[in-house]
Amino acid sequence: MTKVTYIDAAGASRTVDAQIGSTVMETALRNSVPGIEAECGGACACATCHVYVAPEWTAIVGKPSQMEEDMLDFAFEVRPSSRLSCQIKVAPALDGLVVTTPAKQG
Amino acid sequence: MSETVTTDVAIIGAGPAGLFAVFELGLLDIKAHLIDILPKIGGQCAELYPEKPIYDIPGFPVVSAQGLVDNLVLQIQPFHPTFHLGEMVESLEVLGTAEHPKFRIRTDAGTALEAKVVIVAAGGGSFQPKKPPIPGIGGYEGKSVFYAVRKIEQFRDRRVVIVGGGDSALDWVLNLHPVARRITLIHRRDAFRAAPHSVNAMHELVAEGKMDFLLGQVSGLKGEDGQLSGLTLRKENGEFIDWECDDLMPFFGLTMKLGPIADWGLDLHENLVPTDTEKFETNVPGIFAIGDIITYPGKLKLILSAFHEGALAAQKAHRYVYPEKKLVFQYTTSSTSLQRKLGVG
Repeated sequence: MTKVTYIDAAGASRTVDAQIGSTVMETALRNSVPGIEAECGGACACATCHVYVAPEWTAIVGKPSQMEEDMLDFAFEVRPSSRLSCQIKVAPALDGLVVTTPAKQG
Repeated sequence: MSETVTTDVAIIGAGPAGLFAVFELGLLDIKAHLIDILPKIGGQCAELYPEKPIYDIPGFPVVSAQGLVDNLVLQIQPFHPTFHLGEMVESLEVLGTAEHPKFRIRTDAGTALEAKVVIVAAGGGSFQPKKPPIPGIGGYEGKSVFYAVRKIEQFRDRRVVIVGGGDSALDWVLNLHPVARRITLIHRRDAFRAAPHSVNAMHELVAEGKMDFLLGQVSGLKGEDGQLSGLTLRKENGEFIDWECDDLMPFFGLTMKLGPIADWGLDLHENLVPTDTEKFETNVPGIFAIGDIITYPGKLKLILSAFHEGALAAQKAHRYVYPEKKLVFQYTTSSTSLQRKLGVG
């Protein structure tokens, strides 16, 4: 099973099983991981599923699309490692992925 | 303050749930007014993802969110609903009794509505501006931090900082530029999701030295008694700079908050309104709730569920609006009286 680890703004870490093909946002919601709101339900339309990808994973996860980069304008404290977790699809290559959630989403 | 308008049903929220409720009510000769905080019809569908395809509306293999809204508006046209857009319901007062309910609704625009039935179709709540988590920002809100412009004049001769890269940010840069002493736009990158002509106009003003554009994110505020004197900006290279200003306007889009609904005497469960599943009535007789804002065992936040909920709520609403009339169930395919109402008979 593919694992994804979410670290919240206070430093608490949660590792959950993720289904291949589902998104990092869906995986968080399905496992009641706090810190991700996903108000729009995964349409890349609200920037409330903002995460920071851990440094060792940024190259593998890749850069946001143009639409996602635009939507990141509506997120707070955006960094070069910022992504919207509804736009990251879980794949075997992402087994062990670590993301951090920001202090505030919306 | 305007006079009180009287109607049968006041629907709070003009998304798909509220729109289709107008149809179901209309078939039963019940008139409706809709109120929405957004300046346009369609709720989340129109505000968040108008271009996105929806695949689970029965009978439509695919329809865009805006397309669905447009079709619903067309579908309810025969019933002439009245829309109060860009208005937030501030208070909901119970005037009648449980058997003969009556309510008075007031909005922040001064509209007063009296209705026998209220249907809360508010989805995720009301859309409100996102507030950036800058330490201490709450203490400046309303005095020198603003999320919307009420009067342009209040910014005359002020040093105004606008944050954001969308149409709201760029529009206010251009609109406030003539009155403000100095406008500064702050954005995290040198790319904008705003209309290109606005972006070009902004770049021209910067090139002519008539305003400033800074790359970075606001990390701190300085001031006294709610009045800003300046802010700290974190640039992309991690460097901090101080910038003097009188007013700050962050534009980070909208988020959904429950808002005043929490004060209307409705039972709430984790920011959702519990209803029964027979008529989708809340704990307050005469106040119904449908769509994403409600919860009941097995509830699914689907548009099709909202349609069903609206249809059943309308049946019970009929008893409140026409207590003396017996309701006979009819089909639009065969009933000449329904077809007359729809303007097709």
